[in-house]
Amino acid sequence: MIADHNLPSIFAGLMALSVIVYAILDGYDLGVGILLPLQNDKQADQMIASIGPFWDANETWLVLAVGLVLIAFPSAHNMILKALYIPSAIMLVGLILRGVAFDFRAKVAQGNKHRWNQIFKLGSCIAAASQGYMLGSFVMGFEESIVAYAFAALSAVGVTCAYALIGSTWLILKTTDELQLRAIEWAKRVGKISFFGIIAVCIVNPMINQFVFERWTTAPFAYFMAIVPFVCFTLLYIGNLVLKQLPLKDDSGCWLPFLITVVVFLFCFCGLAFSFYPYIVPGKLTIWQAASAPESLRFILYGALVVIPCILGYTLFSYRVFWGKVEALRYY
Amino acid sequence: MDDVFLLSRLQFAANISFHILFPSITIALGWFLFYFKLRFNISGHPVWMRIYRFWVKVFALTFALGVVSGITMSFQFGTNWPGYMETVGNIAGPLLGYEVLTAFFLEATFLGIMLFGIHRVPGWLHTLATLLVAVGTTLSAFWIIALNSWMQTPTGFEMREGVAYALDWSQIIFNPSFPYRLSHVLIASGLTASFVIAGLSAYRIFRGDAKKAPLIALKTSMYVAAVLIPLQIFVGDLHGLNTLQHQPQKVAAMEGLWETKQNVPMVLFAIPDEKTRTNQYELSIPNLTSIILTHSRDGEVQGLDDFVGEHPPVAPVFYAFRIMVGMGFLMWLVSWFTSAKLLRKKNLSKGHLCILIGTTFAGWVATLAGWYVTEIGRQPYIVSGVLRTTEAVTDIAPENVIFSFILYMSVYMLLLVAYLKTLFLMARKSVEIEEIQIEERRHQKYFSPIDDNPVVAGERP
Repeated sequence: MIADHNLPSIFAGLMALSVIVYAILDGYDLGVGILLPLQNDKQADQMIASIGPFWDANETWLVLAVGLVLIAFPSAHNMILKALYIPSAIMLVGLILRGVAFDFRAKVAQGNKHRWNQIFKLGSCIAAASQGYMLGSFVMGFEESIVAYAFAALSAVGVTCAYALIGSTWLILKTTDELQLRAIEWAKRVGKISFFGIIAVCIVNPMINQFVFERWTTAPFAYFMAIVPFVCFTLLYIGNLVLKQLPLKDDSGCWLPFLITVVVFLFCFCGLAFSFYPYIVPGKLTIWQAASAPESLRFILYGALVVIPCILGYTLFSYRVFWGKVEALRYY
Repeated sequence: MDDVFLLSRLQFAANISFHILFPSITIALGWFLFYFKLRFNISGHPVWMRIYRFWVKVFALTFALGVVSGITMSFQFGTNWPGYMETVGNIAGPLLGYEVLTAFFLEATFLGIMLFGIHRVPGWLHTLATLLVAVGTTLSAFWIIALNSWMQTPTGFEMREGVAYALDWSQIIFNPSFPYRLSHVLIASGLTASFVIAGLSAYRIFRGDAKKAPLIALKTSMYVAAVLIPLQIFVGDLHGLNTLQHQPQKVAAMEGLWETKQNVPMVLFAIPDEKTRTNQYELSIPNLTSIILTHSRDGEVQGLDDFVGEHPPVAPVFYAFRIMVGMGFLMWLVSWFTSAKLLRKKNLSKGHLCILIGTTFAGWVATLAGWYVTEIGRQPYIVSGVLRTTEAVTDIAPENVIFSFILYMSVYMLLLVAYLKTLFLMARKSVEIEEIQIEERRHQKYFSPIDDNPVVAGERP
């Protein structure tokens, strides 16, 4: 039996898990959308084919993350989404547009396909940028000041670049020849921007955010916080070296940039999450203040403990089914 | 505050109305696809695969629209109805959570395999993926209808300091109106999908498609509809009696019954007037409502005068109910008439095809109208007897809601037009695709579903 007091922590953990899984999975398919070339239909087709079987399930992690906040921390859900009303509406429109463009582009008359490609790219950019904006605004505790808006804007650019980075490394993994070479170039470029983006966040965030400053300078968290940027920079540097060598003979190592990016994502996310734990709305609401009734949490937890392993299982199965380069994918 | 209330209601209503169009097709279409795939597995006849291939495309498009419009809804609980989650979040949260966990991931993941994996997995696994997608869509309906029914007829909880706490989850899920509402909604989906299949197939035949596939699809869907429609009338009646027991004010609004009385006539048409609390231009059949609801000519039925200030706005419920029933009768006529012709192996005339094309979306109209009856009929409460809708609304600035409302509405309009155009475009395209003659393949023992007209990479089926 799990003690009532531990339930909010467990749900915070589950929520964190679904947010990071979302950022990685939908991150790469949003990234592919952001990078979509509008002048080269063949490459656009290949790129979209590489995310075809996955995007739907990837987006479901967002529903789960939002759902978990709604279930476990309803007052936080209200507070966060009320503060982010307009950006979340814009993000949803972005997600709607790209989700349907995915299907429409393949089914409309040839002349309209280009327009749906544009909508797909636009929707991906809108969704990524507004998620970044919401993250920045969240980190700033929904402050309404010029500094806070500027930080949110910086975060919007940062997240868009990060998604483009993971998207391009996904393409390195899933494609060959010309498109792969192009993806390597993309990865090099956005990798550098992401590098500076992380530096900017590491410097700016504690400077303008008292709460974060205290966290980052007090032991034991300060030790962890000292490691995070170091690990990220080392990994991005290694990643850049790897990119310079690619593509190798027999395409060995094509999975390495993607793996490195995933690890960078994980570290950045942990750094961020632990900057605020146990607050769910920075400086305003802790997970214990926001939590639902224990009997409700328990009812959903037992189900979740059975179902989430199944979800992970069949998700892995689906990745195994579609393993390999995208050329090998044939659509009927 | 009033502005935000009205705008939030409009926005949520627009959102849910747009959203429900797509699941109401995919829930049953998933099972149709499973049936087509089974028929192919059993007979090995390529025509079943061709039917499958066309409808799986429709499914993919419809499903995508349902997913994206559904995500919006999960945000709006928090953005526009914070009081809802604050009061009944302990009940609503887990039910929504189970929907995501048991249904959304299942359907989204296996949809990938169903659409793109046909030659990457063994045939049985592809059939299983099709089945799991259908199970997923149905499970999703199960959970969301459980929550909706609980909002209509809440049981299994207690209120402590203004917040609902769960006492018994089986009573919460299997609340009194749940079995009736779930059956009503699932059958409605069956009818909606049947009429979409029949309508688009009729359109293909009308455009000169002489292949077997559209005719077989049309037959299948009309036979299914012909069976489902009497079942739906029966279930609808039970659902109405259940509503009379638990929400008499809703039934009174549906019937336009302003005063409690005996020998209640069935009002066929009227203009309900909230000010004078009477019906104008009433056209009715004596005693019929008493007979239907109480099974006796002089049975007493509670009228709206017993619920002053506690009953829904009468006119929208009254009209929507008549539209739903009218659509039901129209679908009854069309499906029986068409089935009778098809059973006698008669060709469908051009006029007949036009009727089928015209009723393609009859299921949508009936579903929306029925949804309005049940949702508006619950007002002024968002959770019957527990929480008033006015108490649940957000306090954000009305400008924000106006902005989001206009944004959503314009996107939805654009998408609805694009969806309808694309459905008919897909039907026209398929008319031109030449069917591979069975004779050519007669010597082949095994027909592979993949090798006929492979499509370029990047194109979603």
